[in-house]
Amino acid sequence: MTAPRKLLIIGGLALAAWGMAYGIFYAVFIEHQTLDGLGGALASGFMRAAERRMTESQAALADAASRSFVYVRQVDAHGHWIGLGLLLVILGISFDRVGFQEKGRLVLALMLLAGSALFPLGVLLETWNRGPGPQAIAVLGSALVIFGLFGTVWGFARGD
Amino acid sequence: MTASDHSLDIAMTPGMASSVDFQQMGAQRMLVIGGIALILGGMILGDIFAVFILHPNADRIGAALVDATRAVAAQDPHGAGAAFAKIGGYLENRGTKVDAHAHMISFGYIALLLALLQPVVAISEARKKFFAKLFLWGATLLPVGVFLIHYVGLAWSPLSAIGWASIFADLGGLFVFLACAVELIGLWRNFRNMKANPSAEAPLSERSWAARVLLAGGTLLVMLGFLHGAWYAGADLYRYEARDNELLSAMAVKAAANDLPGATEAVRDYGGLQGTKAVNIAAHAHIIEFGILAILLAFFQPYVFLRENWKRIWAITLIVGSLALPLFVLLELQWGLFAGGLADVGGLLVIIALFAMLIGIWRYTGNLDAPGSEQ
Repeated sequence: MTAPRKLLIIGGLALAAWGMAYGIFYAVFIEHQTLDGLGGALASGFMRAAERRMTESQAALADAASRSFVYVRQVDAHGHWIGLGLLLVILGISFDRVGFQEKGRLVLALMLLAGSALFPLGVLLETWNRGPGPQAIAVLGSALVIFGLFGTVWGFARGD
Repeated sequence: MTASDHSLDIAMTPGMASSVDFQQMGAQRMLVIGGIALILGGMILGDIFAVFILHPNADRIGAALVDATRAVAAQDPHGAGAAFAKIGGYLENRGTKVDAHAHMISFGYIALLLALLQPVVAISEARKKFFAKLFLWGATLLPVGVFLIHYVGLAWSPLSAIGWASIFADLGGLFVFLACAVELIGLWRNFRNMKANPSAEAPLSERSWAARVLLAGGTLLVMLGFLHGAWYAGADLYRYEARDNELLSAMAVKAAANDLPGATEAVRDYGGLQGTKAVNIAAHAHIIEFGILAILLAFFQPYVFLRENWKRIWAITLIVGSLALPLFVLLELQWGLFAGGLADVGGLLVIIALFAMLIGIWRYTGNLDAPGSEQ
């Protein structure tokens, strides 16, 4: 098996396994608490408004928005790690058909693997730090995946 | 066209796959047919879900939000709480349907992937068959269980928080996990020994026109999906999240000020915003999933027992449908129901192409099993 194929298949399986492990940890220890908190904060926002306690109402709705921000990114990171892992394995199976020299294929495989690991990591880091750092990691990761896929499409079109 | 013509077509296909791993009721055959059936089932369920549950449910959520704003205006905190309890029920109904649809299709993809990997999984054929069956049982049990959660609830459950439907869904998940774990161990054993089965490369060496179109087209679809996702995340996601919070706040503030028309308008805008987010996420997810499906189906073209012309037609049909569905889902915001209808046509094209390929694979297996077959 060539190095680019091995990198994509083993890297993809590892990434998918990591995504599933994170999903199990998240589902057991975080998700239910997050959803309960989100629903409770929304209901509380409206109930406090009905009692005309508007400061508390606005605080509860802001809390709900913050919980929703975290929930969306945790689910996205979990789903994208698994989905990208599966994509890497599938591309890895047929990667010898990408019509470039082995060195070129290796560069493409490295771009795809690094991007697939970094993009969801950046998204997840946004839940701890809402500054530009995590966003930059997510943008870099997604750019690596997009350019890697562009090269792969080009390579498939050239044929082997 | 006679059966011998078909045999000629198949025999002349370059890179024709060996039937060694596609034997009668073998693990690979079970996973290919079961995988495509799961994807078809999941897609048809998705269509039914979109028409009969998604849209009516969105209306019910909107009505419950209006009830909540009225309760706020009437200074009735219990009424507001009850409205949100109803919304929770509607969201559970929607969430379990989406999960059943998504898991069925994802398990179908994993089944096709496992079928591809069977020749390099170093375990006995008897065990391969057992774990293929276990995977397919689990892949069916989980979505059926998830689908039933909303209806079964906690009836006759021995547990205080988890109902029977959830228990069976989790059991299905356990079956799938066990089967995948054994396949991974088999793969690992193969990598360690590096005694690859020569037939493993056969389906991967397929160079037909249909296979190349599916491979390049599928990768292009995945790339387009990624570009759209990156655009959505960069240009819209944060803006929509901020707007979401503003509208919820406006509902509460206006209702508390007894401005019910203003609160109702905020509810309407909130519904519109949820629709905008939903179509963007659906377009992003569907184009990538269809791309992965096209790449996977490229590998199985040697097993599609149809004339080359028909194989090309179904490959093009699948790619066109895969592009049309997400594109017209996005255009629903501007074109309304007309675009929704065209998106459904796109989904139908994918289902028809997939069904045609399933029939082709079925014919291939029939040919293999026929007495006196040379395959």
